[in-house]
Amino acid sequence: MQRSFLQRFSIVGLYLWGFRISVLLIVVWGSFGTFQAGCPSVFTLCAFKSRYSADVWLDLLVYGLSQGSVYALIALGYTMVYGILRMINFAHGDVFMAGAYTAYYLAAAFGRAGFLNRHPLLSLAAVLALAMITAMSIALVLERVAYRPLRRAPRLIPLISAIGASFFIEYAFRGFFGSGFQAYPEWQIFKGEWAIAGVGILRTQAVVIVAAVALMVVLYGFVMRTKTGTAMRAVSEDLEVASLMGIDVDRVIVITFGIGGAAAGAAGVLYALVFKQVHFFMGFFPGIKAFTAAVLGGIGNIPGAMLGGVFLGIFESMGPILILEGLRVPGIYPGGIPAPYQLKDVIAFTMLVMVLIFRPSGILGERLATKKA
Amino acid sequence: MRSDRGSWGRVISGGLIFGAAAVFVSLVGMVEALGVRVIVIGVIDFGRLLLLLIGLGAGYQAARRGGGGVVIALLRGLLAGAATGAGLAALLVLGSEVNLRGMFINASPALFEIISFGRGAAGVPLVVAAGAVVGVLGAAATLLPGTVRGPLGAGVTATIVIGLFQELLQIILQGEEGVRAAIRQLIFVPEGLPPRGALEVFVVVLVASALWRSRRPVVRGWISKRPPRTQRLLRLLGLLLAVAVVLVLPAAGGLFVSQVLVLVGLYTLMGLGLNLEVGFAGLLDLGFVAFFAIGAYTVGLLTSTGQYGVAHWSFWAAVPVALVVSLIAGFLFGLPILRIRGDYLAIATLGFGEIIRLLALSDALRPWFGGSQGILAVPKPNIGGFEFSGPMQIFYITLVSSAFIAFVAARLRDSRLGRAWMAMREDEDVAEAMGINLINVKLLAYGIGGAFAGMGGAIFAALLGSIFPHSFNLLISINVLALIIVGGMGSLPGVVVGSLFLVGLPELLREFSDFRFLVYGAALIIMMQVKPAGLWPAAAVRRELLKEEPVGAVTEGPVAERAEA
Repeated sequence: MQRSFLQRFSIVGLYLWGFRISVLLIVVWGSFGTFQAGCPSVFTLCAFKSRYSADVWLDLLVYGLSQGSVYALIALGYTMVYGILRMINFAHGDVFMAGAYTAYYLAAAFGRAGFLNRHPLLSLAAVLALAMITAMSIALVLERVAYRPLRRAPRLIPLISAIGASFFIEYAFRGFFGSGFQAYPEWQIFKGEWAIAGVGILRTQAVVIVAAVALMVVLYGFVMRTKTGTAMRAVSEDLEVASLMGIDVDRVIVITFGIGGAAAGAAGVLYALVFKQVHFFMGFFPGIKAFTAAVLGGIGNIPGAMLGGVFLGIFESMGPILILEGLRVPGIYPGGIPAPYQLKDVIAFTMLVMVLIFRPSGILGERLATKKA
Repeated sequence: MRSDRGSWGRVISGGLIFGAAAVFVSLVGMVEALGVRVIVIGVIDFGRLLLLLIGLGAGYQAARRGGGGVVIALLRGLLAGAATGAGLAALLVLGSEVNLRGMFINASPALFEIISFGRGAAGVPLVVAAGAVVGVLGAAATLLPGTVRGPLGAGVTATIVIGLFQELLQIILQGEEGVRAAIRQLIFVPEGLPPRGALEVFVVVLVASALWRSRRPVVRGWISKRPPRTQRLLRLLGLLLAVAVVLVLPAAGGLFVSQVLVLVGLYTLMGLGLNLEVGFAGLLDLGFVAFFAIGAYTVGLLTSTGQYGVAHWSFWAAVPVALVVSLIAGFLFGLPILRIRGDYLAIATLGFGEIIRLLALSDALRPWFGGSQGILAVPKPNIGGFEFSGPMQIFYITLVSSAFIAFVAARLRDSRLGRAWMAMREDEDVAEAMGINLINVKLLAYGIGGAFAGMGGAIFAALLGSIFPHSFNLLISINVLALIIVGGMGSLPGVVVGSLFLVGLPELLREFSDFRFLVYGAALIIMMQVKPAGLWPAAAVRRELLKEEPVGAVTEGPVAERAEA
């Protein structure tokens, strides 16, 4: 179908270009402003230097990395489920919360018994294992109760069921354990910093990064090397053909939910290590952000989800200072945007919307947006 | 023989699932919290009723499945009920051995007292026995013929409803003498519904329902034999009666009822808007609260006499502006996401809604929108000296605007645009091939839907007199979504039904509102499996969702031709 020039560059197209250009302008203007912090106004060029030292940037980078690796772990569950069922498991963030919350009770008991600091690695492993098992069981029940009966229903139906499941899990936990924050116990040896290559890095963040990367390597190996993993990839490629090849699709789906849930549960504990508290609503925003990460990396694509998570984490941690603080608008914001950290989530959500609009196939994804999305 | 044993196993496992449900509602806190609301004095409260209903349900479902005679059915009920009781008994034993309270905040002594009939761990056999009895009762309900079960059910339901809302009813029936006072003194004592009153209500409703059951065909026949003009007149009369009841509701029910009604009205407005997007056009929008916020902020900024007010307009001048602003916001919101479909659309809209809220909350925009402090001193609307000072007056604004907007929505649904929306909902590509301009049609859906919600936001601003960004969180979007789904996607009466059930009921039963989202979540999951078309389904959606419609209908007639084409 040949469209005229005017139709192709319609108002919609113009609007979208305007959107792109303005976001780009904000990013460029803001970063430029940040590295000119010493100058009297944005328009006078002076030393290319930011208000913050290299150490601060490095801290932000490490923080972003640890945050991002948690997002990546959650994103694995989204991406695997989406790859197979073409549905957003909206309740995945709450599976993540459920793992962290349940394991909190074990960690607290360890803390009271003193086991936490006597055998730090063993206790961390036990807490992680409990979180993974709980999260996995909840994911499996979820699949059985809320999703399996709807597998052949129109697309909106399972999504609504998932939204319902998400709120059900959150408020069930609120009813069980109360609506307050619970302080996660701290491991003594994870306090303070480690000097790695002459740079001080917070120990919790190092632990989180190492644990997340190790888990991801194991998961990736499972999906790429084992027979079950091959079956999963086959089902994700084409469900019907895979079932014709003798693959038990139901079993593969159950395994997918289980693995995704376990990864989310582990991510929950790691997240709680960094933020030192759990709450019944804690899964919601990390869930949405992990979904962003999954889309960013190309949904259905496992390395993509990892990459997307890390990318999002870094962007989110550095963005407010890099872009917003330097966004000096003469007359309105002479000193940049006040309290840029409040807008951290705005950056993440803007990124989400931008990716969905401009490149729904993600960084590593193929062009299958209209078919799959 | 083996299949028999299998089916008995199923009965027990079914009963255990109900037992798990009973444990769940106990630990989540519902039993104790709802126990505050006494239904019949000295007999039962809402929390115990919940456990009772679960036991009845266990017996009912066990007896309904599988054949067998009366004895077999009752036995199944007994077994399932006992299994349910066993679940609670297990909780009881566990609770008396271990201190569950360190983990489950609701595993309080009060809860165990309710479950064990005040006997502690010694109550275990009693709990199982009570479960068995209730299970048998549930099973017996399946055996009754419809002519008995119907009136019986009506009587019990009426008694429960009157007991639940006794406080409210007593307020409505207040006064020292006259008919209202007489009715009140007949049924209630000041503390609530006594057993005698409950019995009276039960018997009266039972008899009335039985009479109506037997007389219904006669009355229907009489009406259908009247000339069409009389029939129309009767229908009009019924409608007028309903309108009259609605009009006097705030005056009769007092401030609290009016407040609830205004909330129901506001959610109806939002529901009508979201229904237009989701129900008609099939565009799932999780950021819908943004339009509500935009409407509220527009009115707030234009009318406020406080720090952030810019114009000091009257409410009536600000409302049209709020409508236009939210309409435009709908266009701007819709433009970038035109090409996104399905699940991605839901997430993108969620992102937009959150961005709006976070921006309103941020310090960056504080000089204009007041940040987390919000906008204060929004004046009340008034006409020629009459001030709509509180919910009792604002109710009428809500009523008129929802009636008007429902009318607009109904006309839109039946218009060319409405049919285009529904075509798009069925299949975007086919709709485009049929010559529908998807861009215009989608933008209109977002814009008009947004304007409806903006109207709700405008009234909300006037109602509260102040606007805080915290009021516009995602839960409102979820609330609205839940109510249109429970009511029936694409159905206009469904929106009203949905907001009465999901907004009105939890507000009236205040103890219940803590569990509101828990119940919404369960309702969404269950509705999607049992009744995806909603309580009051729209005709078109009913056709679309019930795919397992009679096969014969598909193999013949125009439907089959369409299916093959």
